[in-house]
Amino acid sequence: MSEHEVTLTVNGESVTRSVEARMLLVHFIREDLSLTGTHIGCDTTSCGACTVLVNGKPVKSCTVFAVQAEGAEVETIESVAAGGVLHPLQEGFWEKHGLQCGYCTPGMIMTAKEFLVRNPNPTEDEIRRGISGNLCRCTGYNKIVEAIQYAAEKLQADAGGE
Amino acid sequence: MPVIPGAFDYHSPRSLDEALSLLQQHAGEAKILAGGQSLLRYVEERGDHLAIGAMTREHALEDSSVVRNSYSLLHDTALVIADPLVRNQATVGGNIAHADPANDHPATMLAYDATLVTKGPKGERTIAIDDFFTGLFENAMSDDEILTEIRIPKPAANSGGAYTKFERKVGDYAISAAAVQLRLDGDTVAAARIGLTNVSAVPMRAQGAEAELVGKSLSDAVIEAAGKAAAAECDPSPDLRGGVDYKRDITRVMVKRSIQQAVARAKGGK
Repeated sequence: MSEHEVTLTVNGESVTRSVEARMLLVHFIREDLSLTGTHIGCDTTSCGACTVLVNGKPVKSCTVFAVQAEGAEVETIESVAAGGVLHPLQEGFWEKHGLQCGYCTPGMIMTAKEFLVRNPNPTEDEIRRGISGNLCRCTGYNKIVEAIQYAAEKLQADAGGE
Repeated sequence: MPVIPGAFDYHSPRSLDEALSLLQQHAGEAKILAGGQSLLRYVEERGDHLAIGAMTREHALEDSSVVRNSYSLLHDTALVIADPLVRNQATVGGNIAHADPANDHPATMLAYDATLVTKGPKGERTIAIDDFFTGLFENAMSDDEILTEIRIPKPAANSGGAYTKFERKVGDYAISAAAVQLRLDGDTVAAARIGLTNVSAVPMRAQGAEAELVGKSLSDAVIEAAGKAAAAECDPSPDLRGGVDYKRDITRVMVKRSIQQAVARAKGGK
């Protein structure tokens, strides 16, 4: 089998590992780095449970080979609570009951995190479109949308917005 | 069970020439995996056409102001390909080169009369989109060629286009979708090209529908006739998305809606 050395930054730390070419990024994150907050739902690019940020953009990490992430900056759910303080999105999911079983939550939060950077003051419709690549099998979308709205307001307030 | 791909080797070429020599070295055994590189990534107008690097990610089309302002059909298409997360990774060239009639770009590029640029050991060549799709998942490129660029002719004055897609849910393939690009001369259709998604084994133009439009003065009856022609000439397969008659009728409706939107845009609307 062909082994390749891959070096990338994960949650701010540089990591170098030898991986098989066929290893998916999500398996690399979960098994080689033991960061199990990133979930595997469908393995077929449908559900978004495995969403991580690669160079700032949310992608489904079951659709990326680890070798393709050479040199990339990867952020996973483990990076979101900086210094142990919940991110406004995590706080929003807590306050607004944005999760039932919680399986989709890490992916939802990673998608929403980048979405709110691009669109800090979204409409409900824009939020729903923004998370349309992430599935919640509990169908708890209303509460997820409310959680993201909560976070948007909190982030705006924290930024000293109007 | 997890989907673990079979074992393969991986090369990460730093230039197009290196990629071409790897293809020759592994003749018949290599497959190009787009999306892991920053080569061939641009969207810009160059003279009489829009040039799109084959490795351009789909989200770049959504974000491009030139696409949004001047290439409405392409912008419509970019917004409904898969889902937002997939569009951050998927490439325009990959969507086309895969020659999947269920993908959205083939119909759109057929409607635009796009030209594809490829490079191989014998150098660069261009392939008209009408000659590109040769079968299900088959295209006119040889094994040692790489798709490098897609060129869309700059729409003339009084032109408009639209893509209308009917899908069960975000991220699914279309039940049917229609790409229309047309040019008006007053109320007469001076030129029209129509591409259809996921209603044939090979990405197809609805030339019967085009013939119902070109040279005609626009009316509800003319647009209905075009929709019916498309429904008759497409060749959908029955599957979990519906039966043949249903898909033909959805095609009729998609073609009509795209024509109506394209006409509105040709007249200066959004």
